[in-house]
Amino acid sequence: MEFENVKSLIKNKIPDADVTVIDLTGTKDHLGLEIVSNEFTGKRLIQQHQMIMDILKEELNQNIIHAVQIKTMTKEQKEKQNGKESL
Amino acid sequence: MEKNPFKMLNEEVKEVNRYADINERIKALINSSKILLFMKGNPQQPMCGFSANVCAMLAQMGVEFKSFDILSDEGIRQGVKEYSNWPTYPQLYVNGELIGGNDIITEMYHSGELETLFKK
Repeated sequence: MEFENVKSLIKNKIPDADVTVIDLTGTKDHLGLEIVSNEFTGKRLIQQHQMIMDILKEELNQNIIHAVQIKTMTKEQKEKQNGKESL
Repeated sequence: MEKNPFKMLNEEVKEVNRYADINERIKALINSSKILLFMKGNPQQPMCGFSANVCAMLAQMGVEFKSFDILSDEGIRQGVKEYSNWPTYPQLYVNGELIGGNDIITEMYHSGELETLFKK
């Protein structure tokens, strides 16, 4: 599946999301997704991941995407991470 | 021959019961231990790398937990996925609540959140 399509699927549901897609296997069906959004604030990790899995449900059921590795964080968490990396 | 109508009746009821049973069984399983892991295989012999990984983290932390081998029961295997709206195994439950699969548990293990959760 084209990465731009994955991005727009997610952004349609979570407009403030910054989405990064990585091809984990070179076959465009094992995707690494990093999603940064303030919609995740106050939610458990499992709920954050469920939000993303729900959005990609059709693609996963039809095996257009075989597997996803999800990383979710709020914008504040992302900034903290960036801060650590630049130290 | 005369048993036949009863048999039919039993089969009907059985279906209904079996359906109710699954959810009740799942709830009973989830609440059977403070920490319960639905996994492939068992902690002594995990049948999947992700299940093995979660077991290893729990063992490392020295916490007591119970596990259920979803390969041993197709009804539970399908039922828990629907119950939790989570499509894959392993699944870790703490105090009756789904916490996550391998990715989430690994992340929480490294951040220390998992330890905090177990202390609650």
